[in-house]
Amino acid sequence: MAEVELRNVTKRYGDTVALDNVSMTVPDGAFVVLLGPTGAGKTTTLRMVSGLDQPDDGEVLMNGQLLNGLTPAQRNVTMVFQQYSLYPHLTVYENLAFPLRSPLLKTHEDQIKQTVHRVAETLQISHKLENKATALSGGEMQRVSIGRALVRNPEVYLMDEPLSSLDAKLRADLRVELKSIQADSGATLLYVTHDQIEAMTMATHVGVLDQGKLVQFGAPREIYEDPVSIYAASRLGQPRINILPADLFGHAPSGAKSIGLRPEQIGQGDGQDSLVTRVEHLGDQTRLHLSFRDHDLITVTDAHTPLKSGDIVKIAPNNPFFFDAAGARIQ
Amino acid sequence: MSFSVTEPSNRTKWFAGTAVVLYAIITLLPLMWIIATGFKSPADSISYPPKVVFEPTLEGYVNLFTQRTRMSEDDLAALPPAQTWYEEMVREQGQVISGPSRYGERFLNSVIIGFGSTILCMVLGTAAAYAFSRFRVPLKDDLLFFILSTRMMPPIAVAIPIFLMFRQLGLNDTHLGMILLYTAVNLSLSVWLLKGFIDEIPIEYEEAALIDGYTRFQAFYKVVLPQAATGIASTAIFCLIFAWNEYAFAVLLTSGTAQTAPPFIPTIIGVGGKDWPAVAAGATIFLVPVMVFTILLRKHLLRGITFGAVRK
Repeated sequence: MAEVELRNVTKRYGDTVALDNVSMTVPDGAFVVLLGPTGAGKTTTLRMVSGLDQPDDGEVLMNGQLLNGLTPAQRNVTMVFQQYSLYPHLTVYENLAFPLRSPLLKTHEDQIKQTVHRVAETLQISHKLENKATALSGGEMQRVSIGRALVRNPEVYLMDEPLSSLDAKLRADLRVELKSIQADSGATLLYVTHDQIEAMTMATHVGVLDQGKLVQFGAPREIYEDPVSIYAASRLGQPRINILPADLFGHAPSGAKSIGLRPEQIGQGDGQDSLVTRVEHLGDQTRLHLSFRDHDLITVTDAHTPLKSGDIVKIAPNNPFFFDAAGARIQ
Repeated sequence: MSFSVTEPSNRTKWFAGTAVVLYAIITLLPLMWIIATGFKSPADSISYPPKVVFEPTLEGYVNLFTQRTRMSEDDLAALPPAQTWYEEMVREQGQVISGPSRYGERFLNSVIIGFGSTILCMVLGTAAAYAFSRFRVPLKDDLLFFILSTRMMPPIAVAIPIFLMFRQLGLNDTHLGMILLYTAVNLSLSVWLLKGFIDEIPIEYEEAALIDGYTRFQAFYKVVLPQAATGIASTAIFCLIFAWNEYAFAVLLTSGTAQTAPPFIPTIIGVGGKDWPAVAAGATIFLVPVMVFTILLRKHLLRGITFGAVRK
């Protein structure tokens, strides 16, 4: 359990600036999800906290104590790698026992056995314990990789897209499992994902990164309902927020360049005519692809809608976001 | 009849099999010749046309391991009866055993120097290769080229300077001197080979081990080394074969204490220059350790590079 703080952290790899003056406080026991496209600096942030890389500038602190210069072992953190990184010469059991046998923990073999079996149970890989790590499917490797973090009781868990190659059901199971493990242990967790369901359901805080800069940090609802920019608004929401010219629906505040409309910000039934170009029935919801004054937008409607392609729907913006020319939100 | 894209046709297999067998026969012929000669009598060994079928004898091996003196028939007859089968065999040639030969010592020297330099070469080579592979070494490329460049001339080209250097340092005809020399010659090859193997091992394994609470050295020892085993084994075989067979330096720098088998074996032929079976026996025994070593490590050679559990 620990509070993690990044103060003005900058990291360059050659000419690339991976992190640009990032400051962030991860409260004790928080579940922080980092969002952003490839190259935004998510993994680099994890590496700063883990100690695998040292910042060029700035400070990393844990519980107010400076971590700069400490090795990963001295920090008592654990990390789930995106590439699994299972030790190929060891069995699954030995892989899971590896952190417990480290000079850091030096666990008794009985205790190791108990812990490994408990974690294997949770991750549904008990039947694979004697397999070589290389003789597993991608999903199984990923679970072992998560398991290697769960056998320990670290200050901070760092997870780099840990659920990315699992099938949908397992992913849903493990989402719940990870969340409850985190809630039970009270551990602090930094989590990188592209999956916004993971972000919305698991996170207590979301950090949005853009080309090495932290553009917004807050509760997932806050990011969703009160984004600071088009970029931040586009990170969350399915279907994605529609970005259209500001004056498309009439009056716009001065300086506004674009209007941002999430599906729930598009009122249906009143307003101006738009053409339904496509209807996607997803089961629990239905997506409408609309054409409005030569602009395409996507919204959501009733699951059992009778609408079909070619129909006309009246729409009106409802409490929309406005953004200036640079993409920043106009309040 | 079904065809497969990946399975070669029977005709291809037959051709390939024949080619392999032919090649094996051609390469094994000299080897069989040496082994056979070791069991021939001196007369058979130089007969023309060469004898393929002959009466095998252990005379060559007995002569290899013994020193003998010639005796007149009368003196021989006056001796008490021979105690052992090999004494008997020597007396039939009109000789008596005056003591063991130096082959055993020379062979042991070869073992000490060959394996000693191989082990030293592996320790230094693995450490250097790991550093070149993982750390930001200043002037890395230049250093690597420099290391390789020591291989660009035949080692014997520097024989005279090395001879003088060894004399100054008192390394002439010492085990240590030969171990250092062979290590120096082999190191460039082993650093380059091993660097290639270590480059293949993703760095993520070490990072995972660091996170798991291990130090850099422990990560190297517990994670990198087991995965580099294949590379280390094959490199060790190359180093051993060179050190084992090296002749020129051994002739130049050793004469007694540290003389290895290669310069010794030709001297077995004796004053009359006809004891080919003993020479062949010496060569045959000399072949054994490298063959055993290679067969022991064959598993590693064949297994090739491990496919790791890292997603790319």
